[in-house]
Amino acid sequence: MKQLIQWGSFILVVAIFGWLLTEFVPDYYQTIIAICGINVILAVSLNLVNGFTGQFSMGHAGFMAVGAYMSATLSTLLLPALGFSGEMNVFTQNLLFFGVLIVSGLSAGLIGFLVGVPSLRLKGDYLAIVTLGFGEIIRTSILNIEAIGGARGFIGIPQWSNLYWVLGLSILSTVIIARVVTSIPGKQFMAVRDDETATTSIGLSTTRIKVRAFVLASFFAGVAGALFAHYYSYLNPSTFNFNYSFQIIAMVVLGGMGSLSGSVTAAILLTVLLEALRPLQDYTGVDLRMVIYSLVLIVLMLTRPQGIFGRSEVTDFFKKRRSRPHNA
Amino acid sequence: MAEFFQHLINGISLGSIYALIAIGYSMVYGILQLINFAHGEVVMLGAVTGFFVAPLFGRPVHPSLGLFLSVLLISMVVCSIVGLLIERIAYRPLRKSPRINCLITAIGVSLFIQYFTQLDFIFGAIPQSYPELIERQIVFSIGGLEISNLQILVLGLSFSLMGILEFIVFRTKMGKAMRAVSESPEIASLLGIPVNRVIAFTFVLGSCLAAAAGTLVATMYPKVDALMGALLGLKAFVAAVLGGIGSISGAVLGGLLMGLAEEYTVGYLSSSFRDAIAFTILILILLVRPSGLLGTSRIEKV
Repeated sequence: MKQLIQWGSFILVVAIFGWLLTEFVPDYYQTIIAICGINVILAVSLNLVNGFTGQFSMGHAGFMAVGAYMSATLSTLLLPALGFSGEMNVFTQNLLFFGVLIVSGLSAGLIGFLVGVPSLRLKGDYLAIVTLGFGEIIRTSILNIEAIGGARGFIGIPQWSNLYWVLGLSILSTVIIARVVTSIPGKQFMAVRDDETATTSIGLSTTRIKVRAFVLASFFAGVAGALFAHYYSYLNPSTFNFNYSFQIIAMVVLGGMGSLSGSVTAAILLTVLLEALRPLQDYTGVDLRMVIYSLVLIVLMLTRPQGIFGRSEVTDFFKKRRSRPHNA
Repeated sequence: MAEFFQHLINGISLGSIYALIAIGYSMVYGILQLINFAHGEVVMLGAVTGFFVAPLFGRPVHPSLGLFLSVLLISMVVCSIVGLLIERIAYRPLRKSPRINCLITAIGVSLFIQYFTQLDFIFGAIPQSYPELIERQIVFSIGGLEISNLQILVLGLSFSLMGILEFIVFRTKMGKAMRAVSESPEIASLLGIPVNRVIAFTFVLGSCLAAAAGTLVATMYPKVDALMGALLGLKAFVAAVLGGIGSISGAVLGGLLMGLAEEYTVGYLSSSFRDAIAFTILILILLVRPSGLLGTSRIEKV
C-alpha cells in the first residue's frame, strides 16, 4: 500500500510538472530543463563511482555515447525493419521507447563491464587514465562506423523523448541510486572507498565491488544517452568527447563526492549558470564554459575540497539527530 | 627495406621528443606521486612562446641555428616560470590533501591553460603555422633512405639534454636531494633538505625539457595549436608508464618505443590508428606489467 502511494505520487508529480513545463514554458527554457535532467542522471550515476566507491572514472561520456547510439540504432534502424514505423499511437510509442531505454542502458552496462574488469584492478590515477583512454576509444570507434553515421552524425532519430520522460527518469534514477547507496552493496562501495585493504581483509573482493558500481553507473549513463538521442533527434560523436566527461566530473566534485543531493544541485546549477553565460561567448569567441569549469575545480580543490555538500544529504536536515560516523 | 629503416629513423626522432616530455612526467611522479596533467600544456606553451618570440628577431624570419637556439632558450625560461607558477599556486597548497584532490586540480589546471590559450586575445582557437627556424635539408640519402638535418637536430638536442639531466640528477648535490625526496619526503626534510625548493626545481627541470620538446615538435611539424599539448602529453605519459613511471631511463626507453610503435603503425597498418596505439599499449602494459619495463613495484604494507 505504501509503495502504491509512493508510485502514485511519483507519477502524479511527473505528470503535473511535465504538463506545466510543456504547456507554459518557452521552448528554449524547456531544452535547458531537459539538459539539466540528463546531466542530473549523469552526475548522480558518476557519483556512484567517483564519490561513493572512491574510484576516479574519466570516461563517463563514452558510456553515454554507447547508450545514445544503441538507442538510435534500435529506434531508427531496427524497429522500422521489424515493422514499427510511421505513425504509432502514444501507448505503443512510449512502450517501445521504454524498451529502447532499457536495452541501451544494458548495452552501456555491458561495455562498462568489459571496460571495468581489466581496468578496475588498477588504482587511482591509472584508472583515471585508462577510463579516459577507453572513453576516447569508444568515441573513435563510433566515428569509424559508417552505418551509424560516422563523423557526419546520426540523423533522423524519432523525437520520442520529452520532458515527462526526462523528469521522470532523472527522479527515478536518483531515487534508485539513493536506495542502492543505503543498501548492503552500497555500504560495500563505501567500504572500498574508505579502506581498500580493510575491505579485502574481511573477505570481500574489492574488484568485484568496484565493477558492480561501475556497471551500474554505466547503465544509467546509457539511459541518459538514450534520452539525449531521442530529445535532439541528432547525434554527433564529437558531443561525447573528453570535455563532456570532464563537465560531469566537475558537477560531481562541486556538489560533493559522496552526496547525491550535491550532484543534483551542482548539475542543475552548472547547467543553468553556463547557459546564462552563453552571451559572453560572443565577446570571447571561444567556449568560455571550459575555462569556468576548470577554474571552478581548481578554486574548489584549494578552498573547499569536499564540495558544496560534502558527504551529507538534504534529507539529513529533516532526520532526527542520529550519529553518522562518516559525516565528517 | 629502405622503407623499414626510414620508419626506424622517423620513429626514433619522434620517440626522442616523447622521451623529453615523458621525463617530465616521470620526475614529478617520482617525487609527488602525482600525474601532472598540465605538463602537456607546458609543451604547448613552449611552442606558442616560440611562435610569438621568433618574429621579434626580425621579420621575415631568417632561419638559422642561432635563431633556433635563442628561441629555444626563451621558451625554456618562459616554461620554467609557468611550471613554477603551476607548482606554487595549484600543487603546493595541496601537499597534504588526498591524492584524488591533487589529480582533480591537475586536470583543472591542464584544461584551464588549454582553453585560456584559446581565447582570442591570447592565442586563439585557430591553428597557426610555426615560423621556420631552421631550413629543412636532406643531409644524407642512400637508396631511398633520407635523413634530414631536422632529425639530426632533434636527436642531438634531445640526447644532449638527457645527458645534462643525467648529470644533474646523479652528479650534483641538488640531484642527490631530488632522489632523497622521491625516496621519502618526510625523512628528507628531517635531514634538512628544503623539500619545497627541491620540488620546485624538479618542476623547472621538467618544464625546460617540455619547452625543448614543444619547440622541436613545432619545428618538425610546423603547426601550433592550443590543443596540441593534450595528445602529446597523453602519449608521453603512456611512454612514461611503459618505461616504468618514476624512472628517468625508463621514460627515455618508453618514449623511444612509443615513437617507434606509432611510426610503424602508421607505416604498415593505417594512419587512423595513430592515436589509438598509445591507449592500446597503455592498457596492455597496465594489465601485464603495471610497474612498467624498468620500474620496480612497491609492496604495500599494512
